[in-house]
Amino acid sequence: MGRLKGNKGSVALNRPIFIKRQTGENMKADFIILTNNPLIVEKLGQEYTVEYEDISYEDTLKKVRDYIYKGHELLTHPLSGSVKPNETPYKSIMISKKVQRLNQDSVKIIEQAIQSCGKFEFKSDKYAEDVYDDFQYIDYTLISSALPSATAW
Amino acid sequence: MRRLELGHINIKDIQFGPESKIEDGVLYVDEEAVKAIVLEDEKIKSCKLDIARPGESVRITPVKDVIEPRVKVEGRGGVFPGVINKVDTVGEGKTYALKGMAVVTAGKIVGFQEGIIDMTGPGADYTPFSKLNNLVVVCEPVDGLKQHDYEPAVRFAGFRVAVYLGELARELTPDSTEVFETYGIMEGAEKLPGLPRVAYVQMLQSQGLLHDTYVYGVDAKKTLSTMMTPTEVMDGAIVSGNCVSACDKNPTYVHENNPVVHDLFAEHGKTLNFVAHILTNENVYLADKQRSSDWTAKLCRLLDLDGVVVSQEGFGNPDTDLIMNCKKIEAEGIKTVIITDEYAGRDGKSQSLADADAAADAVVTGGNANQVIVLPKLDKVIGTLDYVNTIAGGNEHSLHDDGTIEVEIQAITGATNETGFGYLSAR
Repeated sequence: MGRLKGNKGSVALNRPIFIKRQTGENMKADFIILTNNPLIVEKLGQEYTVEYEDISYEDTLKKVRDYIYKGHELLTHPLSGSVKPNETPYKSIMISKKVQRLNQDSVKIIEQAIQSCGKFEFKSDKYAEDVYDDFQYIDYTLISSALPSATAW
Repeated sequence: MRRLELGHINIKDIQFGPESKIEDGVLYVDEEAVKAIVLEDEKIKSCKLDIARPGESVRITPVKDVIEPRVKVEGRGGVFPGVINKVDTVGEGKTYALKGMAVVTAGKIVGFQEGIIDMTGPGADYTPFSKLNNLVVVCEPVDGLKQHDYEPAVRFAGFRVAVYLGELARELTPDSTEVFETYGIMEGAEKLPGLPRVAYVQMLQSQGLLHDTYVYGVDAKKTLSTMMTPTEVMDGAIVSGNCVSACDKNPTYVHENNPVVHDLFAEHGKTLNFVAHILTNENVYLADKQRSSDWTAKLCRLLDLDGVVVSQEGFGNPDTDLIMNCKKIEAEGIKTVIITDEYAGRDGKSQSLADADAAADAVVTGGNANQVIVLPKLDKVIGTLDYVNTIAGGNEHSLHDDGTIEVEIQAITGATNETGFGYLSAR
């Protein structure tokens, strides 16, 4: 599979929106990873359900919020890691495949996370090219750290 | 009763010399011997040693870890159990610490983040490590080494150097000695009747590469909430594997010298009974957060506590762990004080935390990490400034033409530490 480049955080205006949903072999896994990090498709897309879209960090959180309002449950914290919103352009978040009643805890966490984006200066598009590989890799280790628990039952 | 004597070997200067030794308060370092220790790991291609003293016009960046050399001279185990020395329960007997100095590891692991230690100027006021004589170890990886291999290589190199230097103190007589005594649960209740039973709940960063902490060598994300005798941390039971978001991460030095542990000991037997040091993690998976905070509250109840101090590590998602811990412990009828820092925006007007609850009615802050500071040009840089524009809190204007750096204080190592290990104060 060719390496997806991914956007660097600027809002994708005037560009076709690219959404790739890939369902991997591990059908038992009861979650979807929503991401704007192309490395997640490459590393985890074969095994798990990964939905990639070439959008900004904040738009990724808003997309997760939309899923939550449809009844999906938030499974990982949207502000995972210490790399700040608007600093890293990449974010991967796990939600349940199952749709149930609106989960108030999920709503509270995602809304607070979206609100916190405004506190940080936007500089996601100001880095040298190779730094984006590091951002992608760190985001990958963060979401990967949830997999042992997410697949334990 | 468990008792640890902590001997202070005061180090007033570090100098390179033909032989490593401590003499009249001066640490002489055989540069080649230390380099050989660093280069024991084949993943490290080369290393450079440097000395940075308080007041010198020196900037160290990007900082990975800060470590205080210690040596166990009596009692079970050795410092950094499960990491450098074999796994054995530590925290009893006699330990010597080289005070007034640190081993600082630096090096580019990822092309963003990491910290600054200025040894003089306004930046020095924000980092407690500017007050130490620092032996800085800058490691270069072999070509093509991946980040997840490079990070542990630098982490372990720092511990090996610290243990080597600590050993130099084994036969010395300490300049001063602190004694820490703790009791078993029943024994403490009998000896200190009427005093409130207090524990320290320490939250450990545990989320992935550059976001991890190790307890007796175990990755904290794989642990259930647990407890230790409060002296164990003084022998290096907890070590740092994280440096991303430098202002509010705990370098190993902070674990060894945790001020919450220290200050609770200062009141132990006087105004309170310091019962235990409870450890819990800060995982990415929300059910882990729930499980860990459930267990923390359960341990607090099992110990029949009256109060706890909870400290956080890091920004954003740990706010959720912090509030979960606070709410659940308060729900057990136990009073809590929480220690955090704030991301309140550059103007200080934004919501400080990503979570909140009415139960969190006693909060100590380490400061606003978004606060902007201008750091002057300094004469010497140990490490590299290549990444100053890309560290947290920097932007494209961070490094000015005149050499000054404009950053948020989140770029400074230890600036808003959430154990209170720092100099920011409203007093």
